[in-house]
Amino acid sequence: MSVPSAPILQMENISKRFGRVSANAAASIEVGEGEVFALVGENGAGKSVLMSILCGVLRPDAGRILFKGQPLKLGSPLEATRHRIGMVHQHFMLVPNLTVAENYVLGERSPFRPLGRLTEVAACIVELSRRYGLEVRPDAFVRDLSVGERQRVEILRILYQGVELVVLDEPTAVLTPGETDRLLKLLRELARDGKTVIFISHKLDEVMRVADRISVMRDGKVVFTTLTDKTNPRELARQMVGRDVRTDLPARAAAPGRVVLSVENLHCRNDLGLPAVRGASFEVRQGEIVGVAGVSGNGQSELAMALAGLIPTTEGTIKLNGEQISGLSSRAINRRPVAHVPEDCAANGVVLPLPLTENAILQSYDRAPFATLGMLNVRAIESHTQVLVDQFHVRTDGIQAPIQSLSGGNQQKFVVARELARHPDLLLINQLTRGIDIGASELVMRAVLEQRDLNKAILLISTELEELFALCDRILVIYEGRLIGELPPDRGRLEELGLLIAGEVAEAHRSQGGLTQSPNSTTAME
Amino acid sequence: MQTASMLDFLSTTVGADWRLATPLIFAATGEAICERAGVLNIGVEGIMLIGAFSGFATSHATGDLALGFGAGMAAGFLTALVFAVFAVTIKANQIVAGVAINLLGLGLTSFLFRTYFISTGRGVDIARPLNIPFLSDIPYLGPALFQQNLLVYATIPVVIAAWGVLFRTSYGLTIRAVGEHPKAVDVTGKSVALYRYSAVLIGGVLGGLGGAFLTLAHANQFVENITSGRGFIALSIVVFARWSPIGVFFVSLLFGLFYALQLQLQADPNVRVPYQALQALPYLTTIVALMLVRNRWDAPSMLGIPYWKA
Repeated sequence: MSVPSAPILQMENISKRFGRVSANAAASIEVGEGEVFALVGENGAGKSVLMSILCGVLRPDAGRILFKGQPLKLGSPLEATRHRIGMVHQHFMLVPNLTVAENYVLGERSPFRPLGRLTEVAACIVELSRRYGLEVRPDAFVRDLSVGERQRVEILRILYQGVELVVLDEPTAVLTPGETDRLLKLLRELARDGKTVIFISHKLDEVMRVADRISVMRDGKVVFTTLTDKTNPRELARQMVGRDVRTDLPARAAAPGRVVLSVENLHCRNDLGLPAVRGASFEVRQGEIVGVAGVSGNGQSELAMALAGLIPTTEGTIKLNGEQISGLSSRAINRRPVAHVPEDCAANGVVLPLPLTENAILQSYDRAPFATLGMLNVRAIESHTQVLVDQFHVRTDGIQAPIQSLSGGNQQKFVVARELARHPDLLLINQLTRGIDIGASELVMRAVLEQRDLNKAILLISTELEELFALCDRILVIYEGRLIGELPPDRGRLEELGLLIAGEVAEAHRSQGGLTQSPNSTTAME
Repeated sequence: MQTASMLDFLSTTVGADWRLATPLIFAATGEAICERAGVLNIGVEGIMLIGAFSGFATSHATGDLALGFGAGMAAGFLTALVFAVFAVTIKANQIVAGVAINLLGLGLTSFLFRTYFISTGRGVDIARPLNIPFLSDIPYLGPALFQQNLLVYATIPVVIAAWGVLFRTSYGLTIRAVGEHPKAVDVTGKSVALYRYSAVLIGGVLGGLGGAFLTLAHANQFVENITSGRGFIALSIVVFARWSPIGVFFVSLLFGLFYALQLQLQADPNVRVPYQALQALPYLTTIVALMLVRNRWDAPSMLGIPYWKA
């Protein structure tokens, strides 16, 4: 157990229950002044709850908090603000229809103060954004900003309020690798300025890079605390999951079988009506996992949606088991052996207010064994749901709980479980492990490999290169709607892949000889 | 029609338009503030009715017009308070609570009216036009714009004040934020419930005032269901005006125009259209207007959704 020399914050024996679930069970942490302190743990381990308690958004059932040696009044956001404790929430607390500057003054006192001061605030924002190299335009409407920009706005707000203790809840979950690097650098800078940073994450490489000390939470308790220098990702992972994590995945299957999905010269548009996929051709065979790598926004969302029949194609053909399916409705495609794990599961994969049971049968609610003559077979549905929950260790309050009561990672696991249980010939996955923790990632990755060994055809679209390397038999690279290359999952060629997803075809070609490069990579068609 | 009579017609129509739009302007401005805070109060109709009755009864009993308007606003405040308890504190379905307020308003005012007033048949002295010196003497323009009663003029400062509060004070900023992303307000330590209450109550006061205008400045009597759907029209005005008080003013004038035209055309012996068809004009306009406004971009995103603290 490591103890900071001069603790600025002590949270002692914090407990909090929601219904039957114990989110925090006598959790204690100590944070030293001016350090970057990382709180890691799987989804649902209680990290966010603990930090919400610190910021007064939630009131604990038991425990106390000392800040600079003085007890904090619990359950009062004002108290936290008064002591200069600020938090960047995982779901941003920005009002989309207000400008950045308006969002900044939102928390201020005196309700009837006129807003003429906004120009002053704007000047202050510009000044701060220069100092920290965080580009923020004070008069921009938040609704027009990208996720990365919104996060900058959130972080700068905390700095604008002049906080001493900054809490960031999973700040990198929504960032690109480049943005993540900049954020981690910023955190170190803040610590150098004398601010204390608490960084919540489940990405161990980031934690190892940025933190001075690390506490691991599991099942609502703090189970392990250490100096970063004295630990390694393997140990942290073991502490998070509570057992050894096997990083060795089963060997690749031998030979792909017949062609299941065949796409030729596919074109489709995005929701702005602009060309998003521009002539993609590829095949996926039985028993192989084909990856699509790329920086998000290069047409992979539209590719997945077009294959699932969710958006129309403007040109080209999609064949499933030799049958032309482009132009069919998503319902018709649903009736065929295709499963789809959508990109944003909370938005497109589940109906949030409905219970797990009903979410389990979203596509097959009107068919045996879940329905006969239009009547739902409640017992069949419940036992099916229970199987999904058990198989994938979905952490839930019960199968009748609304799915929105699950953490994002658990929702994702549930959707993956549901889709795999449909025994598809073709499995479309857009982002498999995004937002889910190590233990869960391992579980879903194994499940996908099992599907491959069952001779399913799998298309895996991902922005996580590690995931692609671990799972795929070959990796296609998408850039500006075109498939610009194909690589084997050879870690030695990571640099080449990095250049390709950035669109540097010539550079990539130079860096390695054996690149198969053509505008419509069709090597699989030989 | 000759030019002079044409101008007469226009002058009368414009004057009547503003007058008839006044209750709509008050009620819809109040509703706009309320909806900006994320509370959909479809009980405006009931609030207006209760305001109309309370204003009439008070004025009838005391002979004091100002007291009547005060009573109308107070009654609107209290009715809105009942609604807010259900909508904000109890977090009941806002539509259901609003319907209940409407039924309460119609039932209660009809009952009280029949019990105490139906046989008297005596009206009250209504608000008199306040002629603005010099301006009211301008031909045509004078009678149209400068011979109105005080409350009609009051619509302008009320609307400007509502706009100023919503868009130029931090109270208004918070109200708008509460309707868009209440949690963002909650984490700053401000009470979402308190802001919602205040918006609902402002809406109630203005709704009550709009109702009282009907009995104390428009007709001199209360009759059952005197609002005849004006509260609902105010609701659609808010949508059409995209939740902006300034917009409410002009959209209300548009609706007032149809009320005015309807009355004018009924009085014109040359128009051979059944008067029922003319009376339907404002309601038809409402339907058409709502069909035209399909873009819901400006609607507060948490409109009608209760806020649960974590």
